[in-house]
Amino acid sequence: MTVNMTKGQAISLQKSDGGTLTEVRMGLGWQAAKRRGLFGSRTREVDLDASAVLFAEKQALDVVFFRHLVSDDGSVKHTGDNLVGGAGQGGDDESILVDLQRVPVHVDQIVFTVNSFTGQTFQEVQNAFCRLVDETNGQELARYTLDGGGQYTAQIMAKVHRAGSGWQMTALGAPANGRTFKDLMPAILPHL
Amino acid sequence: MTAELVRGQNLPLPHTRLEIRVSAGTPLLAGATLADDAGRLSGPGRVVHPGAPARPGVTIPTRAATEHLVTLDLAALDPETHRITVLLVLPGGPGRPGSFGSVTPPPRLSVGGAAGAGVAGYTLTGLDAETAVAALEVYRRQGVWKVRAVGQGYAGGLSALLADQGLAPASAADLAAATLAAATAEARPAHLPDAPYDAGTGAGTGISAGPGTHAATGGIAASAAAALPPADRAATPAQTASAPAATTGAAAADIPSGPAAAPKAPTGAALPGPQSPPSAPPGTTISYQHPRRRPAGSGQEPAPPAPPSGPEAPWAGDAAGWTMDERLYNQVWGMFEDLARTTAAYRSAVDFADSRREQELDRALADPRARLGSAGDAARAAAGARYDELTGRARESLDRDLAQLTAEAEVVEPALPPAYAPWDHPAWQAYRPPAEPAMAVRLGDLHLPERPELRIPVLMRLPLERGLWIDGGRGPASGAAAPDGAGLRELAVRTAVMHAVRLLAAHPPGAYKLDAVDPAGTGAAAFAPLTAAGLLAPPPQGAAGVAAVLDRVVRRVELVRMAMRGGAADALPPDLDPAARLLIVNDFPYGFDDRSVTRLRYLADEGPAVGVHLLLVADRADAAAYGPVLDPLWSSLLRLPPVPDEHLADPWVGHAWTYQPPVVPAGSGVLGGVGAALAASRR
Repeated sequence: MTVNMTKGQAISLQKSDGGTLTEVRMGLGWQAAKRRGLFGSRTREVDLDASAVLFAEKQALDVVFFRHLVSDDGSVKHTGDNLVGGAGQGGDDESILVDLQRVPVHVDQIVFTVNSFTGQTFQEVQNAFCRLVDETNGQELARYTLDGGGQYTAQIMAKVHRAGSGWQMTALGAPANGRTFKDLMPAILPHL
Repeated sequence: MTAELVRGQNLPLPHTRLEIRVSAGTPLLAGATLADDAGRLSGPGRVVHPGAPARPGVTIPTRAATEHLVTLDLAALDPETHRITVLLVLPGGPGRPGSFGSVTPPPRLSVGGAAGAGVAGYTLTGLDAETAVAALEVYRRQGVWKVRAVGQGYAGGLSALLADQGLAPASAADLAAATLAAATAEARPAHLPDAPYDAGTGAGTGISAGPGTHAATGGIAASAAAALPPADRAATPAQTASAPAATTGAAAADIPSGPAAAPKAPTGAALPGPQSPPSAPPGTTISYQHPRRRPAGSGQEPAPPAPPSGPEAPWAGDAAGWTMDERLYNQVWGMFEDLARTTAAYRSAVDFADSRREQELDRALADPRARLGSAGDAARAAAGARYDELTGRARESLDRDLAQLTAEAEVVEPALPPAYAPWDHPAWQAYRPPAEPAMAVRLGDLHLPERPELRIPVLMRLPLERGLWIDGGRGPASGAAAPDGAGLRELAVRTAVMHAVRLLAAHPPGAYKLDAVDPAGTGAAAFAPLTAAGLLAPPPQGAAGVAAVLDRVVRRVELVRMAMRGGAADALPPDLDPAARLLIVNDFPYGFDDRSVTRLRYLADEGPAVGVHLLLVADRADAAAYGPVLDPLWSSLLRLPPVPDEHLADPWVGHAWTYQPPVVPAGSGVLGGVGAALAASRR
């Protein structure tokens, strides 16, 4: 069962049978919006980038993004940069895998962000979504649609954080501006 | 030392008398099948089972047990036997695992010679709902006996296994039932024997054993049970046919040839032989339960133990690759990366805990009221406790990961081929030159201070991309324990010879050759294993000797480069040796003039592309007079000091690893032995 999350909603990543999730994948998919006008079928390429920032008590420790694909500790892995987005719907264009069992003990939050590297705002992007998948069985746990477009080039999508002995995911959906995660740091900090 | 087999791997057997020891977490039955050259069983008589536990050359145990000994005498086998499959069967029964998936620890087989010398080990992992498994096979291939790890499980039980080997389904079913029944008495729990024995009940109703047997074998056990009692009490075919149908209901449907099997049952009764125990032992009660359907909360049949929750037992070759060597190579690199990353996680956590404690102490001290008195002490204690708690948890997960990696190293190291193995590894004792170049060679070990005893082999791909530099100089990191001056130089040239022998041994005979430059003759003693075996011509002395060897090697590089550029490989002169070459340069730059230095730099730059590699034994300080002009030479070579040093970084996190150069055990003649084997194969 998929939960369609709304901004600020938190879901626990405990499995329904009481077990905890061991590996989750944050998938990001998008499609370039078709241009209006004479050459309406022509699309402009949009490069969205997914990044994950590892925090320990509000202190950024490590970042996983297209130039640093694996966190030093090996727990968070980016499957690689996609420069153009998906042609169709539904598929993940960029994925970040988190092995929750291997996350270092002092890391208590992992924040996922999306940036438009090529500078288009989300108005020019169609069908953008982020979703959280239980990687062990491929089941979608939560989906968050990046709708509402707006004049933003970045979005702080969600965070996965420790809660008790397990993990919890909170949808953030906060708009921001920036080319890479570095520009987003000031915008991320209030959400920790 | 035994080789750890992975599924599908085979190994030639050095002995014809073999002992196969089986151990498992629960009692098992062991058996064997003797197949012909087509891999088929010609009849039920080709199965060695607990009812008929001995045939010429094969002896198996008759009882279900957690430890077994199967002995094979390959010389005593009848000539039509080409393949012996050692099989394991779960006897089932109350409180016992119903499938191999819940057997912990998993069954392990070790193959050894009669003298106790280990040959191979194999752990059956990855099994699930199977109740019978073909574990190992010993087979004859072109006159040589080999052992292969099979691990093929059958959810349909022993009958499916036997049918798969070519036995008619009906007789396979009979035989399977007989086998299980023969061992049922032993498989029975010990708390039942005092109850009165009513043979008539057991035989007449066709109910045997406990419900677990039914669960394990479906309807087969039921029909066989009716068949098993001695002849005077044997059921008629009609009774036998009705018995399973009436009492176990749907179980009969589980046999593919249910109706056909039942009339044959009386013939099956003869199979276990006179020593077969009565089928309905003391105290058996009739169960009207459906064999597969278990009421919830029934105390009769405890659920099989839950599968182990911890990580799977590691096995050698657990990585991707086309060949075992490639899989081991990838596995070693995987272990290298995992160790680097788990250590990074630990260090990051400790650093964080450190800085947090620092901040908390600063904050406590910044408050003047807290500087004196109990409040300050309490703040300090709290900060210390938080530090200890976090580092303790970090250490816990590090220890967990290190234990896993250590366990992996323990199975991987014994499985390594010679090119990846340390010099004290038994693989070197049985060294034979390979037919193909090895994929990589081991240049030493790496470890981190968190767990110095966990060593990761440094495996370098072949052909080498760059030359090697054995640093005879006193590096900044070498401690007081390191030998100095002449001792270090001596050690450096000996280490260089170890690398040279390993590179030679990693190539087929004649495909890799050595040249050496040793103008002062200081390496003569170290080169002895090579020169004695005829693998290296004694290096000419003096500056003229240096120039002559360099000219020869440079000429080869130039010719091959020209031919490659011109696309005219067939235009090479016929006297040109196509073998790859390693040029050992001892005591650089002694005996080198400017021209020779230039040629050496040319070889370092252009040689690797055409199969000519440098092995430079040098102290950089000796060449200081050349100034920065030699810096590109040093940086183009991989520096390998002859003493432990912390100069290598991993490509992922960049830890400084302690490099441990290879060591030949004192008094070991392994280098000479390998040299002799190489020399012998060249003739």
